[in-house]
Amino acid sequence: MITITYREAINQALVQEMERDPAVFVYGLDVADHKRIFGTTAGLVEKFGPGRCFITPLAEDCMTGFGLGAAINGLRPVHIHIRVDFMMLAMNQISNMLSSCRYMSGGKLKIPMVIRAIIGRGWGQACQHSKSMHSVFAHIPGVKVVLPTTPRDAKGLLVSAIRDNNPVIVLEHRWLYDISGEVPETDYTIPIGKADIVRKGKDITVIAVSWMNVEAVKAADILQQKQGIEVEIVDPRTICPLDEEAIISSVKKTGHCIIADYDWLFCGFSAEIAALVSEHCFQEIKSPVKRLGFAHTPCPTTRPLENKFYPNAVDIIRIIEDKLDLAPTDLSGEEFYSHENKFKGPF
Amino acid sequence: MTESELNKQLYKKIYTIRMAEEKIREIYPLDVMKTPVHLSIGEESVIAGVCQALTQKDQVYGTYRSHALFIAKEGDMDAFFAELYGKHSGVAKGKAGSMHLSSPESGFMASSAVVASIIPVAVGAAFAVKYKREDCVVAVFFGDGATEEGVFWESLNVSCLKNLPILFVCEDNELAIHAHISDRQAYTIPEAVKPFGIHVYSDKTTDPSEIYTIAQKAVREIRKTGKPFFLHLKYHRYLEHVGINEDYCHGYRCKEDYTEWYGADPVKIQRDKLLAIGISEGEIRSVENAADRSIEESVQKAAEAPFSDTCELFEDIYA
Repeated sequence: MITITYREAINQALVQEMERDPAVFVYGLDVADHKRIFGTTAGLVEKFGPGRCFITPLAEDCMTGFGLGAAINGLRPVHIHIRVDFMMLAMNQISNMLSSCRYMSGGKLKIPMVIRAIIGRGWGQACQHSKSMHSVFAHIPGVKVVLPTTPRDAKGLLVSAIRDNNPVIVLEHRWLYDISGEVPETDYTIPIGKADIVRKGKDITVIAVSWMNVEAVKAADILQQKQGIEVEIVDPRTICPLDEEAIISSVKKTGHCIIADYDWLFCGFSAEIAALVSEHCFQEIKSPVKRLGFAHTPCPTTRPLENKFYPNAVDIIRIIEDKLDLAPTDLSGEEFYSHENKFKGPF
Repeated sequence: MTESELNKQLYKKIYTIRMAEEKIREIYPLDVMKTPVHLSIGEESVIAGVCQALTQKDQVYGTYRSHALFIAKEGDMDAFFAELYGKHSGVAKGKAGSMHLSSPESGFMASSAVVASIIPVAVGAAFAVKYKREDCVVAVFFGDGATEEGVFWESLNVSCLKNLPILFVCEDNELAIHAHISDRQAYTIPEAVKPFGIHVYSDKTTDPSEIYTIAQKAVREIRKTGKPFFLHLKYHRYLEHVGINEDYCHGYRCKEDYTEWYGADPVKIQRDKLLAIGISEGEIRSVENAADRSIEESVQKAAEAPFSDTCELFEDIYA
């Protein structure tokens, strides 16, 4: 095992797969500038040349169809969006073309394409540099949706995504780039469609998505120390396909389910999990499913409102107290994450 | 290929397209083809002329009006009619219908029913051709309306910027459903695309062999330079936007236009051409009879073929 950051993990996955398979190429706005997508595309253009790592015109819609055309001709494009919000310009290609092209061909065409996009909170990023949108993507049959949280998962899942013969959308929270964690030194993959039990516990289950795993771990640490509560945290890692079994068996064990999503709640992934738990754990569940996620508003800029918009560890603690009838936890002296106080890991 | 062989092949394509569409018009009222049809009648010479200039390896990408493209790129006729009937032996087991036809094995890779959405896909295919250093070109067909979509300009820019081996074929019938081009465009298509530095050729001929010659020059230029080429070709849509009927009675266009264009009908022009270059009436009849028979047999097979089992609904979503 070696310890690397999330950004290094993504970079290693790209280098490794580009070395392994000449059909892999990387493109998008900013992939070859001096910042290199938070450093994740560092060194690619130097190592593989501008034919395999190139910037594009500001044409997200076209460049998504472009990837589809390349993919059905045997290439393995990796298209990158520096913000998921810009990917909305490509929704026609994603929902009408990429997702359906194989089906419309009666299974003759394969579409081995990856779309990476940066999601989530930065610093005063407002409503168009801050979304997640994974619920919308997962709504569309024909694409896969992956949200890695740890460096190990980021590398292993991106390698799986590049080798997959279907369109895979990989969503990376920008605050995760700085976290460190252990990664195997040898070639490995993390299967798409397999959840991770981030933390074992018997009292309550938190299904956490992307950055919310960091918040959930913080909440679980505090509750363990101050209330003696064992929280089980399940990171689905890929929301489509979804590891339903891991979620169902955890909720059956603890009898309580909180979904800490990183998206709007209405018609979202959290509602999907609530339905899943209702269908499969009706006998075992001891309290109603509780969801937390973005406030149902556009994301504001100013810090006090932004703090209210995004869910955090304190929200999780308060919900757990409520569910388990606990006295309010003393949070004095606890440090929580912010743009200035980034989580650096390890998990 | 001799001139006579070439013209016979062109005629076979054009005649087959016309008669296949006429067959659909005949059958459609029976409601056995439960798929909206956008017929290619009037468009034959553009499609057949361009496809005649392509090799089997060259790829084409089309629209919801792609019956002609399927036939001109020599897709399997049994699978074509079976797809329209929604049968398991169709090109996509009935999942695609008329609007999403394809025949990857003969180079017709995909088509889209959302206007202009197939254009960037073709650009990506041309990129793949260049990336893999393959010796083929990609042709993408679209209507005049597609040039109003943002993705058309994005695609034009990318293909010119990256010097990709792609032939843009704008089939201009001056109509987007029922809206006339004069109500939609503040530009003229050939003039508007020229500033991208692309070769542009515009014509309103309906003569299949003339279009073949134009397309052949364009394709040669693409093979020689590796750069894109833009063909702007006019035609007249004889029938309604979707469906099997004429619709001149609705007043958005006039029958006189049809009369004028029908005077230069592609099928008549090419048939006369065959006679003029010394091919006998008998020989022409034998080409026609073979096409008629093939259509008849394919329709028969399609009518008798089974539908897909309902579990097929869940197949082909992921590889």
